[in-house]
Order: sequence, then C-alpha cells, then structure tokens
Amino acid sequence: MISANLSAIFYLISGILFILALRGLSSPDTSRQGNYFGIAGMMIAIIVTFLSVGNFSTSLVYVIIFLIIGGAVGAFIAFKIPMTAMPELVAGFHSLVGLAAVFVAIAAYLNPEAFSLGTIGNIKLASLIEMSIGAAVGAITFSGSIIAFLKLRGIMSGSPITFIGQHFLNLILGIAIFVLIFYLCKSQSDNIFWALIAISFLVGILLIIPIGGADMPVVISMLNSYSGWAAAGIGFTLENTALIITGALVGSSGAILSYIMCKAMNRSFVSVILGGFGADNSSDNAEEKRDQKPVKSGNAEDAAFLMKNASSVIIVPGYGMAVAQAQHALRDMVDKLKKNDIKVTYAIHPVAGRMPGHMNVLLAEANVPYDEVFELEDINNDFANSDVAFVIGANDVTNPVAKTDPKSPIFGMPVLDVEKCKSVLFVKRSLSPGYAGIDNELFYKDNTLMLFADAKKMTEDIVKNLD
Amino acid sequence: MEIDPFIFRLSIFILSIFIGYYVVWSVTPSLHTPLMSVTNAISSVIIVGAIIAALAGSSENIFSTSSIFGFIAIILAAINIFGGFLVTQRMLQMYKKKKVKK
Repeated sequence: MISANLSAIFYLISGILFILALRGLSSPDTSRQGNYFGIAGMMIAIIVTFLSVGNFSTSLVYVIIFLIIGGAVGAFIAFKIPMTAMPELVAGFHSLVGLAAVFVAIAAYLNPEAFSLGTIGNIKLASLIEMSIGAAVGAITFSGSIIAFLKLRGIMSGSPITFIGQHFLNLILGIAIFVLIFYLCKSQSDNIFWALIAISFLVGILLIIPIGGADMPVVISMLNSYSGWAAAGIGFTLENTALIITGALVGSSGAILSYIMCKAMNRSFVSVILGGFGADNSSDNAEEKRDQKPVKSGNAEDAAFLMKNASSVIIVPGYGMAVAQAQHALRDMVDKLKKNDIKVTYAIHPVAGRMPGHMNVLLAEANVPYDEVFELEDINNDFANSDVAFVIGANDVTNPVAKTDPKSPIFGMPVLDVEKCKSVLFVKRSLSPGYAGIDNELFYKDNTLMLFADAKKMTEDIVKNLD
Repeated sequence: MEIDPFIFRLSIFILSIFIGYYVVWSVTPSLHTPLMSVTNAISSVIIVGAIIAALAGSSENIFSTSSIFGFIAIILAAINIFGGFLVTQRMLQMYKKKKVKK
C-alpha cells in the first residue's frame, strides 16, 4: 500500500501525460507519440489505484478478469470497425463513459466508506453534491449517446422528432434535477437518488431526439464534452487529480469542437440544441425551380474527358462518399490523374461527414497523403484557378445560396467556392436536396455537369474511362 | 483559517480547463476524429473509481451491491480504454505524408 500523497503525485503525472496526449495531436507526425503518452498515463493511473487500495484478496483476481474481458471486447471492436462507422463508434464509446460514471456514482453512494466519503445516510455534503452532478451528467451522456448512436447507425430515423411543449418539458425536467439534488442533500434518501438518475436518463433522450442528422457533428462533440464533465464530477467525488484534469480537458475539448462545428454551419449552439432543423423545409419554391431550370447531366466518359484535359482538379468529399464507401475508388481515380501530371488536391469543409474530421480519416484510410488535404480557409481561393471541381457526396457545403440569399436557412454558412471552378462535376444519386432541405443552385449552373449515380460506381466507371 | 482542500481541487480543475482550451485549439482539424476517440479513451480513467468500488468488497462478500456496480463499470471503462486507444492508434497509423518523388 502506498501513501495517499504518493498516489496523488502519480495521478498528477498521469494527468500530465493525458495533456501531452492531446498536445501530440497538433500534427500527424507527433500524434502517434502522443497516443503512447496517453496509454502510459492510463497504465500509471490503474496501477497506482491497485497499489493505493492495497487489497490483494480474491477481489483483485475478479477485477483483473473483468478488466481483461472489457479490454478484449474493446480491442476486438477497435480492429473490426470500418472507418466509415467512426461516428457511431465514438457515440457508442461516449455512452459507455456516461454509464460508467453513473455506476461509479451509485457504488460511491451505496458504499461511501470505501471512498472515505462518510457513512451510509451520512455522506459529506460536498461529496453528495459532486456525485449527484457526476451521476446526472453521466446519465444524460449515456442516454443521449445511445440516441445519437441509433441515429447514426440508421436504426433510428435521422429526422428530428419534435412535439408540442418539448422545450417546456425539458425545462421542467432540468429544474427537477436541481430540486432533486437539493432534497437529496437534505434527506439522503435512496429514492431521490434513483429518481435523479432516472430523470437524467430521460433528459438525455429528450435532448437528442429533436436534433436532425445534419447537426450530428455538433451532437457528438457536445456529448464528448458532457462525458468529460461527468468524469470531472466523479473526479471531485473521489478527490482524484487524474480524473479532474482529464474531465476538464475532455470537457473543454468537446466544447471547442461543438463551437467549431456550429461556426462552420453558421448556427448558434442554442438553435442546434433546440433542434428541428432539416425537418421538412423543402419548400414548394424549390420544387418549382427544379421543373423550370435545365440541368446538364453527363456520364463517366464525359467526366473522364473533362478531367483528363484539366491541369488541376480539386476533390470535394462529403458524407455521401462515406456512405458509398467510395474513398478507395476515389484514390484510384486520383492516381490515374496524377499519372497524367494533373495536380489534385482535396478540399474539406469542417462539417463534411457526421463528425469532426471524419473525411480526413477516410482519405487517410485510402492512403491519401495528409498534405494533399486542405481545410476550407486554406483552399477556398484556389477554386478560381482550378479547372475541375469533383464534388463527391457533399451538397449543402457547396451551395452558393449561402452567400447570396439572405432568406436561405443556410445563409452565412461558410461554403466552398466550388462554382468558381471552370467546370464542376457533381456526383449525386438524384436532385434531391441535402440535409438542410434546400435546393442547391450549383446543380443549374452552366459549368456544372451532374453525374447521377452511386458515388462508388461512378468513380469506378471514371477510372475505367481514364485509361 | 485553513483552506478547504476542495478549493485546491477546484483550482486544478479550472486551470486544466484553460490548458485544455489552448491545447485543443492547436489540434489540427484533420485530426479532430482521433482527438475525439482519444479523449474518449482518457476520460475512461474513471476506471479508478470503478476499481476502488470493486475492491471494497470484503473477502466473504466479494460481490456486494456496491462492488457489482464497480465490476460492471470496470468492464465498460475497459472497453473504452482499449477500444479508444487502439482505434486512435489505427487511425493515426493511416496518416501519411506524400512520398518524395525521386
């Protein structure tokens, strides 16, 4: 058994290693090393915990068995999961952190002596507040992430579920959580503790169901943040520095990502949370336009011809590429183009895909070097000097209406200036509007050639025609 | 008057939020997905609470109600720790620079 002071120092070290793990992500070169720091931090925290409890009875054997079971499941998932499924995986992982936080809080409530928080029915006030906050936020994270997972997995419809009085109900439940925490502190009654957790589960569900598919990048980031705050709440209860530092890091990380995502969509955080966006605003106006305006459509041969004669091509991937699993075919296409000395770069909008950085991972998976992949602000000026923009699976993020029509729901959202290219190839299955439910003006531009097909199939056909 | 240890923890918490703020802003956008998976993994350090709860059972009664919650939490957190770090590693391995042409 090691002293409390010594273990506190080790927990601090593991907290610092976690900071370095995030620091490493500032560049792909240092990121792998960063991940090792993270793993080292985790190992230190776990070993120190064993040593500080100092209970080497049969319980320890079970702890190790359970640790191995969980670890095996986790490792299995990590190796099997396709990169296109990263958003659901991350949502699923968030739910586990949330539930673990709830369970640790329950364990601490039922057996406060083990955590030196007082005795049953007589838990220290501060600890009680901390553990109920940890439990409530953990429960919200858990049920909210489950809903996000179901939506991303397609088990539940991605369209927002709204009903009258929804926000009012959420407000009441939110107040109820605080009232219950207050009475829990006064009475230390078990029933209030269980009610608190049950209501928090409900709030998590209600919070996420009104949020539509297009807002998923914000939702995932937000739940990431919540899982951090839940960990921090438990960290205060357990008086554990490693948990407090980590909780703060993760909480602010998720908050920053949510902010970046909201900004990239020009939406306020509040409006995302209130939800309902992208429900059914495909207005009649858009229908009319679709009938009147002519659309030029082409086939793989036309596309191959255009690209072969270009000197620079910019590829704009979006969620559709992920759905069609077209990233490898795309890479083949780019290889062919490069053989003909055509300059190819990739332009990625911050909210392309279903989670922050989703497209970058998919391109990396397809062996696209990361220094050919550019963010919106770094590449947007290049469209004007490029010959072909190849839009694959993206839609709303290329819509020029965001710059021109103040009435449009996406007005003010930063978009890729795809229309400035000499010609635009737009791979899409149909003319249906994107998640924002609005028509894309780009479809009707003179320099746009629509390629109506599945993204993967079209790309493969283009590859054949490039020979 | 002595300062409550809670205040020290609160100070650590608030300073860590600031550290998190600056560190996360310097993360390159192309690594935002690994950032999320690694934050997931590290937030599972909550496993320390689960271990304490699980080990609290006496030798006659290893599985008390409280320690059962601890054991389940260990499984959940372990899935996350292993899954989170390994999937991050798998992703980071894929990020490669352009090969220099000879």
